[in-house]
Amino acid sequence: MAIFVNENTKVLYQGLTGSQGKFYGLRNRDYGTQVVAGVNPKKAGTDVDGIPVYATVAEAKEATGATVSCVFIPAPGVQSAVLEAAEAGMELVVVITEGVPAQDEAYFFNKVRRDFPNTRILGPNCPGIISPGKANIGITAGEIAKPGGPVGIVSRSGTLTYQALYELKLQDIGVTTCVGIGGDPVPGTSFIDCLEAFEADPETKAVMLIGEIGGSAEEEAAEFIKHKMTKPVSAYIAGVTAPPGKKMGHAGAIVSGGKGTAAAKMDALRDAGVKVGNNPTEAGELMVEIVRGLGL
Amino acid sequence: MDLLEYQGKQFFASYGIPVSQGEAVTTVEDAVAAADRIGYPVVVKAQVHVGGRGKAGGVKLASNTDEAREHATNILGLDIKGHIVQTIWIEAASDIAEEYYASFTLDRAAKKHLGMLSAEGGVEIEAVAEENPDAIAKIWIDPVDGLSEEAARAWVEAANLNPAANDGAVDILLKLYEAYTKGDADLCEINPLILKPTGEVHALDAKVTLDGNAEFRHEGWDVFDATQIRDEREQAAHDKGLQYVGLDGSVGVIANGAGLAMSTVDIVNQVGGSPANFLDIGGGANAEVMAGALEVINNDPNVKSIFINIFGGITKGDEVANGIVTALGRVQIDAPIVIRIDGTNAEQGRAILADHASEKLQSKPTMIEAAKAAVELAK
Repeated sequence: MAIFVNENTKVLYQGLTGSQGKFYGLRNRDYGTQVVAGVNPKKAGTDVDGIPVYATVAEAKEATGATVSCVFIPAPGVQSAVLEAAEAGMELVVVITEGVPAQDEAYFFNKVRRDFPNTRILGPNCPGIISPGKANIGITAGEIAKPGGPVGIVSRSGTLTYQALYELKLQDIGVTTCVGIGGDPVPGTSFIDCLEAFEADPETKAVMLIGEIGGSAEEEAAEFIKHKMTKPVSAYIAGVTAPPGKKMGHAGAIVSGGKGTAAAKMDALRDAGVKVGNNPTEAGELMVEIVRGLGL
Repeated sequence: MDLLEYQGKQFFASYGIPVSQGEAVTTVEDAVAAADRIGYPVVVKAQVHVGGRGKAGGVKLASNTDEAREHATNILGLDIKGHIVQTIWIEAASDIAEEYYASFTLDRAAKKHLGMLSAEGGVEIEAVAEENPDAIAKIWIDPVDGLSEEAARAWVEAANLNPAANDGAVDILLKLYEAYTKGDADLCEINPLILKPTGEVHALDAKVTLDGNAEFRHEGWDVFDATQIRDEREQAAHDKGLQYVGLDGSVGVIANGAGLAMSTVDIVNQVGGSPANFLDIGGGANAEVMAGALEVINNDPNVKSIFINIFGGITKGDEVANGIVTALGRVQIDAPIVIRIDGTNAEQGRAILADHASEKLQSKPTMIEAAKAAVELAK
């Protein structure tokens, strides 16, 4: 099994007719993902290398049965694209676009959570999601991931996600699903959402978590792991030696309440029983130990 | 993007928030002329992107022309925590009955906007939060609903301000929320928000951080951008659209993605080296961007070796390799380069590099090996 997406998932691309959308939409199709439609009101009725383009998400869904949308729309149009996808009943909206204003993210996250509770947003500013061998939705290079299990990966950083997949593949360890939640202020899907899904997925036996400095998402994940997870977790936090970043005024410091540094995050994770590596390779090695220890 | 106080006040004023009249100047003569125009007493305030101005002697009251001249002379050029004062703001002095604190920012954990209001303003609000958290009235606002007048009033009442300030505070907070949301700010903070003896409520300071991602829908933000303080390296990187933070070491770092760039800085430190910078060339970086990144690093005299760490997603390995080759043809790169490429089109990228391999350009298969090689070359 995999979480959120699998070989039966039908995906439409908002922005398939743009250069990035086309490049990755076709790459995702080559990987084996069921890429069934593109959406562009100005190019309805045309096709992209055989993939039909519809005027709206609703029409594309009606015609193809797509349940997942992947958004490659430029930042100014992301809010309306996400809301259109949610209104059309998409179960998952994967937003690859970077540079989305934080006010827009806060608005559409809360709007979707309230009015379209069956829609999950992933991102913005994320690499997407890959269930190796089944579906690859987004910009991950599929060949760096080994299909199967037993490891699930959740990451805030795009390139570090690839790094993790690659480290595990070098050790001949497979991945059920790898979710890149993105590093923006209001991620649609959190670490905890993914940890919960991995905990419930029988094929996932262990989870690798990759975080970075800033915010408190890793600390919240540590709380969840401590109290709700039975499966072993390894982790890596980027930014251990980063100089203190710009403090966002007093208000930001109060909200974070001393959280947010790599050291604080690593301590919280260790306290939750997580094996924490000092670099991506070390975190990968710790995961290898965990997997071997499980007799897999 | 952090605004200077006077820019923050102009930003506030455009949303109808009452602020003191004043002028921003860069010379003593202009400061004196402005003070004479405004009328005494005036406050002479250093404009820097750092807190603690008052303690550093960067805020002074002047009751006549001589004092205005004296303070302007002392404050212009003053070093406040490494920031040299280039601009001062002269404003009409205000009579203060009470000082409060007000702010809006995003609560990432709650995924809602957080408003904070305290009757104990004018001081370090972190200390208040630490010692007396109940003195800060908080309100979490769903961005879909926004802030209603009713909710704002209940919030103000919970803060226990002087009741004479309540109406004025409600009015300012509604406008401040408008400025924060419509104005695409990450932070809007007023400390102190004052009650005057005459009963008016007024923003005596302004701390505003704008969300650079929203620049496309706001005209005139380039004015704010022009006053951002960057060192020479940072300015050059900024002009090329690169995410760059200058550090003190000797290994130049280029990576794609903030996470990988941070991780690369970490790993250089871990193998005994010292990074000269953090440089994220971002997603979709092409030959042009890579060439620009190399030029920026090359201009840093401290750099003894360059570590390029690329894992391809949107950024394609062959484009990165072409970028390096292009840059090497365009400028004389002094430091030897160690590169590690993986991911999308990595093999094509490695093949392109292999054709140009030399003492100055080597490729390593893993992050750690590449870091070690780069650190060794920097010794």
